[in-house]
Amino acid sequence: MVTPVSTVTACYFWDFFFGTLDCKKLLISEIFLTLDAAIHMINQRNLKITEPSIMRILVGVKRVVDYAVKIRVKPDRSGVVTEGVQHSMNPFDEIALEEAVKLKEKKLATEVVAFSLGGPKSAEVLRTALAKGADKAIHVQVSDAEAGKVESFHVAKALKKVVELEKFDAVFLGKQAIDDDSSQTAPILAGLLDWPQALYASKVEDAGNGHVKVTREIDGGLDTIKVKTPFVLSADLRLNEPRYATLPNIMKAKKKPLKNIPIKDLAVDLTPQTETIEVTEPPVRQAGGFVEDVATLVSKLKEKGFVKA
Amino acid sequence: MTSLALKSRVVELYKNLYHMGKEYPGGAKWFHDRLKLAFTKNKDVQEPAQIEQLIARGQFVVKEIEALYSLRKYRAMKQRCEV
Repeated sequence: MVTPVSTVTACYFWDFFFGTLDCKKLLISEIFLTLDAAIHMINQRNLKITEPSIMRILVGVKRVVDYAVKIRVKPDRSGVVTEGVQHSMNPFDEIALEEAVKLKEKKLATEVVAFSLGGPKSAEVLRTALAKGADKAIHVQVSDAEAGKVESFHVAKALKKVVELEKFDAVFLGKQAIDDDSSQTAPILAGLLDWPQALYASKVEDAGNGHVKVTREIDGGLDTIKVKTPFVLSADLRLNEPRYATLPNIMKAKKKPLKNIPIKDLAVDLTPQTETIEVTEPPVRQAGGFVEDVATLVSKLKEKGFVKA
Repeated sequence: MTSLALKSRVVELYKNLYHMGKEYPGGAKWFHDRLKLAFTKNKDVQEPAQIEQLIARGQFVVKEIEALYSLRKYRAMKQRCEV
C-alpha cells in the first residue's frame, strides 16, 4: 500500500537504502515505490508470529499389560501371560498424550488425534486417551492373534499411511513400550517419513517460524535441538506429569469420534520380521550367606578368589 | 446452596472416589469398604457449611490419591526404564 509522504522523508529513506543521491532528480513515483519497499522490509523483520508452529498432532498409544501387574511367563515359554491380566495405556504414551494436550491448551496446537494399532480391546485405551484430552481417535484394528505378532516396524508403516492420509504436523510417541521395550517405533517412523526426530524429549518449546525447540535427556546430560515441523517426537519420563482421567471426563469422551480402520484398508504387510524362540524368567536371586566376624569374611573372600591369598 | 444440589455433589464425590479406588495398591475392596464407612459415618450431617467442609476434604483426598498413583508410576518407570 503506497502512502503519500513528503518528499523530504522520502529522501531520508532513499539515503538509508541506496546511499546519498540527489533525490530531487527522481520521479515522485520512484520515491513512493522505494518507501513501500522500505516499509515492507521493516515490517518483515518485526513480524509477530501469530501462526502456531505446530498445527495437528497425532499421538500413538499402545495397550500393554499394566505396569503394576506381576508378570508371569507362560509354561510353554513362548511368551508372557496376557489372558485375564489387567491392561492399560503404556505410561510413556500417557506422557506423550499429555504433552500434546498441553500444547493444545497453550494454543500451539489445533487438534490432538489419538492412534492405536491393536486388537479390539485397544478401543478402551483410545477411550481413555479421549478422556485425557484427545479430540479424535483412530483405531487400526487387527485380530487378537495378529496383534501378538505386530512389531514396531508394522506400527511405523501404519502410522506413515495415516499421516499421509490426514496431513499431521507432528507425531508424538512414547519412548518405549513397557511390554517389548523396543523403542523403535519413533525412529523408524521418522526414517520412513523422512522427517526430523526429537527422541527422549524432556521439554518442548515453541521456537517460532515453524520450528520447535526440544530438550532431550541423553547419557551425558541434556541436549537441546531445534527441529522444523513436521517432526516425530518420543516422550521421556520427565517431559510432564500425565493427568488422571476423571469420571466426568470419561463420560464426556463417549461422545468424541472414534474412527475404525481395518488393517487391510491401509495395505500394510504384517509379516513378522523376528521370531521369538524362547521367553524365560530372570535367574532367581541366590540368598546371601552370613559371617560372624571380619576374619571369617576375609578367609571366605580368599576362598572365592576375590582377594589374593 | 439447596440441599438437593449439595446431595448431588456428595454423590458425585462418592462416584469419583469409588472410580479412583479401583486401582488402589492396598486393594480395591479395602478402599471401597473404607469409603462406604467414611460416608455412612457422616450421613446425618445437616448443616450446609459442615457438608461443604466434608466435600472439600473429600476433594483433597481425590488429589492425594492422584498424587499417590502418579508418584508410584513415576518411581516404577524410573527404576525399570532408566540406566
